Formats: sequence, C-alpha cells, structure tokens
Amino acid sequence: MSTAALLTTDLLTLATDIVARALKAGADDAEVTIREGDEFSTTVRMGQVETLKESGSRGMGLRVLVAGNNGYRVASTSTSDFTSEGIAHLVNGAIALARVTSEDPFAGLADASEFGQLEGDLQLFHEDVYSLPTAERIEYARRAEAAALAPGASTTDTRITNSDGGSFDAATGRKVFANSRGFSGEYRASSCSISVSPIALGSKGEMQRDYWYTYARALKNLDSPESVGEEAARRTLRRLDARRVKTQQVPLVFSPEVSRSLIGAIFNAASGDSIYRGASFFTGKLGQQVAAPSVTVVDDGTLIGGLGTSPFDGEGLPSRRNVIVENGVLVHYMLNTYTARKLGMKSTANASRGLAGNPGIGANNLFLVAGTQSPDEILRDIPSGLYVTELMGQGINMVTGDYSRGASGLWIENGQLTYPVQEITVAGNLKDMFQNITAIANDLIFRGSVASPTLRIDGMTIAGE
Amino acid sequence: MTTPPPNTQHHKKYFFDKFGITERLLERCLGEALSAGGDYADLYFESIASTSIGVDESIVKSASQGVSAGCGIRVLSGERTGYAYTDDLSAERLLHAARTAALIASGPAKQPVAGFTETKTPSLYPAPAVDLDTDLSTKLDLVMRADRAARAYDPRITQVRAGYSDELRRILIAASDGTYASDTQPLARLSVFVLAKDGDQTTRGTSGGGGRVEIDFFQTEKTPEHFAEDAARQAILQLGAVAAPAGEMEVVLGPGWPGVLLHEAVGHGLEADFNRRKTSAFTGLIGRQVASSKVTVVDNGIMPNRRGSLNVDDEGSATQETVLIENGILKTYLSDKLSSRLMNMPHTGNGRRESYQQIPMPRMTNTYMLAGDDAPEDILRSVKRGLYAVNFGGGSVDIVSGKFVFSASEAYLIEDGKITAPVRDATLIGNGPEALKYVSMVGNDLQLDEGIGTCGKDGQSVPVGVGMPTVKLDRMTVGGTGR
Repeated sequence: MSTAALLTTDLLTLATDIVARALKAGADDAEVTIREGDEFSTTVRMGQVETLKESGSRGMGLRVLVAGNNGYRVASTSTSDFTSEGIAHLVNGAIALARVTSEDPFAGLADASEFGQLEGDLQLFHEDVYSLPTAERIEYARRAEAAALAPGASTTDTRITNSDGGSFDAATGRKVFANSRGFSGEYRASSCSISVSPIALGSKGEMQRDYWYTYARALKNLDSPESVGEEAARRTLRRLDARRVKTQQVPLVFSPEVSRSLIGAIFNAASGDSIYRGASFFTGKLGQQVAAPSVTVVDDGTLIGGLGTSPFDGEGLPSRRNVIVENGVLVHYMLNTYTARKLGMKSTANASRGLAGNPGIGANNLFLVAGTQSPDEILRDIPSGLYVTELMGQGINMVTGDYSRGASGLWIENGQLTYPVQEITVAGNLKDMFQNITAIANDLIFRGSVASPTLRIDGMTIAGE
Repeated sequence: MTTPPPNTQHHKKYFFDKFGITERLLERCLGEALSAGGDYADLYFESIASTSIGVDESIVKSASQGVSAGCGIRVLSGERTGYAYTDDLSAERLLHAARTAALIASGPAKQPVAGFTETKTPSLYPAPAVDLDTDLSTKLDLVMRADRAARAYDPRITQVRAGYSDELRRILIAASDGTYASDTQPLARLSVFVLAKDGDQTTRGTSGGGGRVEIDFFQTEKTPEHFAEDAARQAILQLGAVAAPAGEMEVVLGPGWPGVLLHEAVGHGLEADFNRRKTSAFTGLIGRQVASSKVTVVDNGIMPNRRGSLNVDDEGSATQETVLIENGILKTYLSDKLSSRLMNMPHTGNGRRESYQQIPMPRMTNTYMLAGDDAPEDILRSVKRGLYAVNFGGGSVDIVSGKFVFSASEAYLIEDGKITAPVRDATLIGNGPEALKYVSMVGNDLQLDEGIGTCGKDGQSVPVGVGMPTVKLDRMTVGGTGR
C-alpha cells in the first residue's frame, strides 16, 4: 500500500499531473479540483459531553472538455481513491463519459488572460483553530451552554429548563485547482464556531427554543462563549407564551438574521444561470429599478479574513468586488464563464465548484449596504406591525417572485416590541417586496458570509387566525 | 445462529475483495474502539458509485460519475457518542479511527462479544453485483425523451431541464454486540423542470420520481413522458393562477406527495432522540390523542422498491413497519439502538445516516396515513370555501414548539364543493400535536409519492417516502395574499 507516499504528495503537483494525464487520454482541456479537510465537532448537553467527532477526508474531481465541430463536449468524474488505480479510473471514466454528452458552443474554459489570484495574505487560515486541545474545545461548548442555562447568573430565571446543547465546531481545509490553460492555485482556510440552543418552558407548558452562535476564521475572533449563551437565552425567553394574530396587512420589520435570506434572494434572482433561461424575475431588468432607491447590494470576494473570501473563484479567476444593485438599479448579473458567454458578457468571477459537475454560481461575502437609522428608530415609526425573527420553509418561487413563508417574531405596537407571535405566515411577491423596502438600519454585522441590516418592508400579508 | 440468505454474501464479499477487509480486522477494530471502555462500538463501511446525466436546452450538458468509500467508527458510553471516520480503509487508518472514537469513554477496556450474528434481511430491491454505470445510452435516452415530451406538451413550454441520477450504495456493518449486516442499495431518480412563458408571464413546473429500482422501471412503469407531461401541465396551469387566499380555512389535501404533511406535522416529532431529550412537542404524549380517530399513521421501511425502504438500517438492524398513530392515539416513537436502550423502548430499526462521515440517528423511512372510507369526490363536495392542494414543494418543522410548514406548488380554490381556479404558490402552517385533530374525512384512495423525497435533519440528508389518501382538515392556515 502506497498510503504514506501519497500523503506526502504535493496536491498541487498531483492536480497538474492529472490535468496532463487527461490531455494525454484525449481531452482538449481539463480541470482538476482537490479538497482535503479535517473536521472537529463536539456537543455538550445539560453539562455533559454528548458527542465528540474528529476526522479528515479528501476527494478529487476531474472535468474534461473534448472539442467537436460545434463546441465542446464536457463530462466529469470524482473519487476519494487517490491510488494510481483510482486516478486511472477517474481519467478514463471522464473521457468515456464525454462521448455521450453534446457539443455545446458556449462550453469551455475561461481565456488564459482572465486567470489570476489575489496576492497577499487574505487571512483565511489560522493555526489557532486546530491547535486548541480537545479538552479546551469541549470547554467552549460547555461554557456557552452553561451561560444559556443560567442567564445573567444573578437573576433567578427558571424558565430555561432544557437544551439542545452547546456546540463547538472547527474545520480546516485545503482547496486546490488546476487547469490545462495554465492556471494552478491552492489555498488553506479555517473556520470555527460556537452555538447554543436552549429550550424554555412557557406558563401554559409550551416549549420554545431559539439559538445563537458565533462563527469566524480564527478562534481569537469568536465572541465569548458566555455572550453566545446569554444571547441565546434572551432570544429563547422572549418567544415564550407566543400568540397568533389575525390575518392582516401591516408593515414588517425583518431582523438581520432573516433579512439575510432576502439579500440571498436578490443574489439568486441576479444569477446568470437563471437569467439566460428566463427563470428569474430579474431577467431583462439590467439597468432598471428593481428595488427601492436606498438599496445597494454588494458581493465582495476580496474582504480580508471574510468567511466568503477566496483568492480565486471556481474557474481560476481572481475574486473581486461586484455591485449587484446600486441605489435600487440592477447593475450586474452574477456570472461564471458559461453564463457570461450565453449572455454575451464577462464573468464576474462568481463560479462555484463542487468535485463533480459543471461550475455553478455562488456568492462570496454578500451584503446590503447599511443605512443611517438605528433599528429602534425604524420601530418607532410603526403604530402596528410585526418584527420578524424567524422564517420557516422554502416558499420562495424565483420564477414568479411569489413569497410565502412561516414566521414568528414580536408584535410592534406604538413603536415598541410587545408580545411574541407564532404560527403565522408572511406573504408577498419579491418584486414588490424589494421595491417596498422603506427603511434600512445601520446595524450591518457579518456573522457569516451573508449580512444585512434590519429592514422594513411594507405591503405584505400576514395570514393567521 | 441464523443462516444468511444467499444474496447477502456478495455484499460482504465486495468489501473483502476490494479493500482487503477481513472478519479478523473487524474484530480488531471493535476491540480497539472499546479499549477505553464504552458500552458499544460499531463499524460502518460504505462504498458508493453514482452517475448523473442532464439534458438542458435539448442538449446533454452534463454527465458525471463519482466513487467514494470510507468507514465510520462509533463508540457509545452511556449517553455519549464518540465518532471518527476515514476514507482510507487500510488496517492502520481504521485502527487509528477506532482509537480516536474510543476517546469518548474513560475506563478499563471492554471486549466485544465473541462471534458475529448476521442480520436476516429481506430482498426489497434488486442488488446488482456490478456497478450501474454500464448503460449510459439508456440513461441518455430517458432524459432526451423527457425533453421532447415536455416540449411537445404545449408550445408555451420554453425551457426544459431533465436529469437522471442513480447510485449504488454498498454497506457493511459490524458491532460489538455481534451485529453483522451488509446490503447493496440501488437508488434512481428522474426529474424534470420546465418553464412556461405566455406574454410577459413566466411560470415553472417540476416533477420527478423513482426509487430503489433498475432502469427498466423508467421504461415500463413511470416513463420520462409521465414526469415530463406532469411538469409541463403544472407550469401551464400556473399561467392562469390567481393569488392564494390568506387565513384559516378548510383544506383538502390530495393523495400521495401531500403526505409530506405527516412527515413534518408528526413524523419528526416522533423521532426518539428528541423525545429522549424531552425536546419534542410530542414528549410524554404516548397513549394520548394526537389526531382525530380517523387517523392511523405508519412508518414502513419494508415496502418493495420504495425510495425510503431499507433491507437493513444503518446500524445493521432489521427494518419494519411501525404504527405511530392508531385511530388518533400516539403509539410509539421511531428509534435507533441508542435511544431504544436509553429509553427502554422497542427498537424500530430506524437508525439512519447520510454517509460514513455521519453519526446515525432515528429517521423516517416511508411514512403514510392509512386509507379511510370516504370517496374523494364526497370530500371535495363537503367544502363550502377552501383550498385543495395536490402538490407540494418542501416543508419543515420546529420540533420543540411543534410548528410546521409545507409549501403548496399546485393548489386550487374550492367553492361550493367544486374545484375552481388554480392558485399561486402558498405556504401552509400548523401546530403538529393539534393539526391532525382537525382531520374530519379520510379518503379511500391511499397513494404513495412518486419517489422524490429527501429529508434533512441536523445537516444529514436521507431518501424518504411519504403517502396519504385524500384528507380533509377542517382548519388550517393558508399563507396567501388574497381573500
């Protein structure tokens, strides 16, 4: 068994070697992706370690392009078998598969002039994530849960009675990409997180849960376990004794946690894959007003240390900062090489890639530019409305824009948050909802790779009693 | 000692031949896993070969194949679980993973029981001895036929994407309690997505299905034309749809896939891990009324060829049919080894995992409501004003509070007992322990879904089935924007 030899093989050399083998086997172009990673995860529940998981794995994928009279035929293979036998199977399998696919005049790698990668330290990898001893990792999870179970320590709140546990997760990995037009690159990245999900008991015996978390590339950038636990407790307790409300139309205020999904919908609507098919309600809207004039949405793959940052995209183009919507006007579709060719445009370096399959389209660090009002000022203007803290289900139709989701939150009365609300839906159409963003708060904070401030949206329907 | 049916031999043999696994090595790994104490250890070997092919804009734009293999090693110590996995199946790496998983326990070494006893398994689906990647042209033909059929349905169909995917999953499980099981699990699916365009209006339609079947299933039973025409029909229908109503009303759910209601409203809440931790809205409700007396719900892992079926679960235990709710009374939870032991409850063979990289937990298989006595047309006729929903996207549930949603993708208004206008997409919301108490009529037309469902829990996806007859709920909240 040549395991030891393979473990020390330089993965970038391996990738370029497989590219060369694919060309020799009959491909006109080839791309190779290699991923390896370690994961650690532990959950502490009611003060006791419940799970402890630690492991590593790796995989590689090959995509071949075979030229015909009318474009390339493409196919891909993937494997977790890094032996020479496994690699031979990978290469031969891809070439065989390319015989059954069709020539596509739009398929093909990017032009060599487009390749590149960001220089300098992007601060994506931090040693501290993986050097921490297991006992201390467990301690992070335990401390976070303990803080949630006894919020504030000085208070005597006994309503938090149970827990889905506190968790600490860490991951480190390496991504390698090489193609036959001269690009080769690799980078390492790390991430870690603490999360807690306490459960509280209401006065009528109904249970509620909520959660809170902190997520960063470096251990030193995580919030303290205690602050995560206390925030989780606060969010859980405020849901107790929730009511339903009547079916009605009122202004909605989306908290940052749920606004993020609306920003994600703006990205998806602008995704070139949906645009060229006409599968998005943003099709044909380039240069037009698609949102309120206060709305500017940016996707930035270059933020130092960002959770969505990378030196190059899934096709080897240098990551960049793209404005999607500027002052409410749709200014860029989000494109990879294929969808750019389909639309007669240039890639925006938004190619995403798994081990197998054609490149997709993905966001990097996606955010809505903050406004100037505080969240409290936004609430203050609303005599009667709903502050949404959670959305449930997948009720978003990106073709028509129809939007209908389960929701819970807090009722707004005379500008103040009052009682909790649950078991209702909020519905509208995204085309109208983006136009009806009537206030944007100043509370933009990245807690992941997508971020949004608090938003007010008018004209939506609550369905309830 | 049971004599294994002849077909289990080649499942095991695959791992022995291809990766050099031996029963002696299995015993060594289990011994190593219990080297720091612990109550139980198991090894889960998995090898998957998958193929997918897709037609898009009438040309074949993608074809891919993948292989992956690995082993997950678990050690249980009281309520604690230690887990490690490796994609390198050499003895050295397996023993290393076993030692890592062992760290969950701290005590004197224990010995696995001597000798393995093979789990007796049925043969619910074909078990090809070779990989499925042999006949690409047949798979290609399926997606091309789907493309042609969808376009032929109506000139307003402007975009068609059709995909065929299959996988062959081989597993081998050995545990310190003597459990020894192996299986070969095929899974295939054909799916179709279409767009219809009329003037400046664009709508979508989706359809698909399959199961643990061989490719001839798609040539004889459920053809590409069947799925393509269904997707096209839905998209064309949506061109004339009106806003869905908003608020509480009577809701009639059609047979088949709307059974996703059961999956969300009661299924997840009855998984034993949540009830062991007392975090489910159904905790403590066994023996209590949780649905109308017309409602009987089962989870059935032993239906031939169904997407959610398994000859053996991912802990090596026999699968079964389990009555969850009988005439409205909650009977039992769905359990795996850990929860049945800790809760002292019957073990239902529902321990499942997405892959060797994941810890198994209680999961559903095929979950459905048994048929009642009512004629579907009588059910519709009884509704003055309501919603008739026959097709859904997905759903989800908050286990703790019991609140669940599921999103209708094909639904109609019912006015004075008659189906009238189709409505646009809308989410329905309810409370799990209450929603089924409002079931007032149950049809005699039980159907299972077409074999498209994938269930997610704690980041793990597994294939499942759902089913239901036509059912009337006297009260449910519909999340539209209309009146």
